[in-house]
Amino acid sequence: MSNKLIDRVFIVRDWVDERFPIIEFWDAHLSKYYAPKNLNFWYYFGSLAVLMLVIQFLSGIFLAMNYKPTAGTAFASVEYIMRDVNWGWLIRYMHSTGASFFFVVIYLHMFRALLYGSYRKPRELLWLFGMVIFAVLMAEAFMGYLLPWGQMSFWGAQVIISLFGAIPYIGDELALWIRGDFVVADATLNRFFAFHVIAFPLLLLGLVLFHMISLHSVGSNNPDGIEIKKHKDENGVPLDGIPFHPYYTLKDTVGAVVFLMIFSAVLFYAPEMGGWFLEKDNFVPADPLKTPEHIAPLWYFTPFYAILRAVPDKFLGVMAMGASIAVLFALPWLDRSPVKSIRQRGWIFKGALATFVVSFVGLAYLGTVAATPTATLFSRIFSVLYFAFFLLMPFYSKFDKTKPVPERVTEK
Amino acid sequence: MSSEEIDHGRRRLLLAATTVVGGIGAAYVATPFILSMDPSAKAKAAGAPVDVDVSKLRPGQMMTVEWRGKPVWVLRRTESMLNAMKERESELRDPGSDELSQQPHYAKNLHRSINPEYMIMVGICTHLGCAPTYRPEMAPADLGQDWKGGFFCPCHGSVYDLAGRVFSGVPAPSNLVVPPYHFVTGTHLLVGVDPETA
Repeated sequence: MSNKLIDRVFIVRDWVDERFPIIEFWDAHLSKYYAPKNLNFWYYFGSLAVLMLVIQFLSGIFLAMNYKPTAGTAFASVEYIMRDVNWGWLIRYMHSTGASFFFVVIYLHMFRALLYGSYRKPRELLWLFGMVIFAVLMAEAFMGYLLPWGQMSFWGAQVIISLFGAIPYIGDELALWIRGDFVVADATLNRFFAFHVIAFPLLLLGLVLFHMISLHSVGSNNPDGIEIKKHKDENGVPLDGIPFHPYYTLKDTVGAVVFLMIFSAVLFYAPEMGGWFLEKDNFVPADPLKTPEHIAPLWYFTPFYAILRAVPDKFLGVMAMGASIAVLFALPWLDRSPVKSIRQRGWIFKGALATFVVSFVGLAYLGTVAATPTATLFSRIFSVLYFAFFLLMPFYSKFDKTKPVPERVTEK
Repeated sequence: MSSEEIDHGRRRLLLAATTVVGGIGAAYVATPFILSMDPSAKAKAAGAPVDVDVSKLRPGQMMTVEWRGKPVWVLRRTESMLNAMKERESELRDPGSDELSQQPHYAKNLHRSINPEYMIMVGICTHLGCAPTYRPEMAPADLGQDWKGGFFCPCHGSVYDLAGRVFSGVPAPSNLVVPPYHFVTGTHLLVGVDPETA
């Protein structure tokens, strides 16, 4: 009986496969896609980023069913979702907590690339697609934060759009064009809604597809920083590779389960994370005539915001903030080390990376506090260290003493 | 021409011509979409002038009105305020209001107003668009011993004096904007219209 059922399933599969190449696709990207067998903890975050994308898409679609994108109704419709829509509070918190978790995952994913040199040849384009995803994700998060139309939504958008006004000659016109009004207003909210729910999600999907196609073409890097394609058996299968399915699909499932446990704990017990995931001032409706006492963006933007504030000049500050993100794009060409992975790097790179992490976390913290003279001084020190990590990399990565790269993965 | 010969020159020309024409067409099609994001006729019309009655404003008091969606401040300055403004002129970035785009010509003077007593300005920080707070008190703890009254932006710490003139060494690059306005009577003013066009 059950054998007959399985036979039927196979008949359907074959019927489809004659018309649409599902078996070929399955083999190419799962059962015969070989990933290095030594991928460790840090390699969870790629699949977790996909999981977060799915969570944001799902929760977002259902939020859009009750949200109303006009200046007069937006704030009230979010409160309506929170109080009156069945399970609305859960879906809304899923989306707002999800945004922060998305950035946690993305930052750890990017840090993994720094650790093991995943941006190095032949993965430069893979890194660039990833960086564009990061930039689009920041824009997506920024526009999403305007939608509840709270005080922080309004003034955060006012400040960030004003950044474009710092560009010489066209700046003021450009800021006006982005807002669609002389200040952040109904027109701004409505267009941000359109971008947030249609344009940027589509863009993200396309970019994620490019990121994956590129990954599956060059293959995964690994903690040893070696190319597993160099040693293949007689069938052309990398000796240090294992099929993505079932090995990594199962491993990633374990990662997803643990991640969802942490995500749910925050979602149910601390969805606002004491003001870190949803700022307190955002529970006050937007007031175009009154700035909140202390404006800070959400934590995932604060490192770049702290760099902006560290420069005592409007134009140069905006340039420094832009450069702090742009310099990441150049990473594949700044690193001149003969090795990829931190396992073979010398103390200079390890020290530089540690300094960078301290500066990044330091800037993230400083971006959340008021700009006192002490805070500004530390912001300046950390900003210099942040840029030094990248701009001095061509020199220190070259002179660093490295260990020989193993031929095969070191894990047995 | 035999069927095996391919005229590459002709191909390149056609390809280039098609690309150029197609590109121009795409630019034309993009234009309405891009321009649709500029302020609409309704948003522009909302910039109508605003009547302000300042007869109830006490000396030293400030009121806020809304013009084009922006906060416009009307500050009634006292004699001592006007005198205090002169004391820190050397620390200002543009004490003479030489940056002409920041005020109409009739407000390009040391007190930056038509009538020295009444200061009218747009309450949006020239740095990144926050609303600065009015701090008329003398030498408060957070602003230091030399503070003679002025405006403080809580976002990034820019400071202005009581005529909206920016201090040096703060992120804001220019003085606060003075909107077009004129007095209809001694205590009744119209924000949004220059005196000569009225």
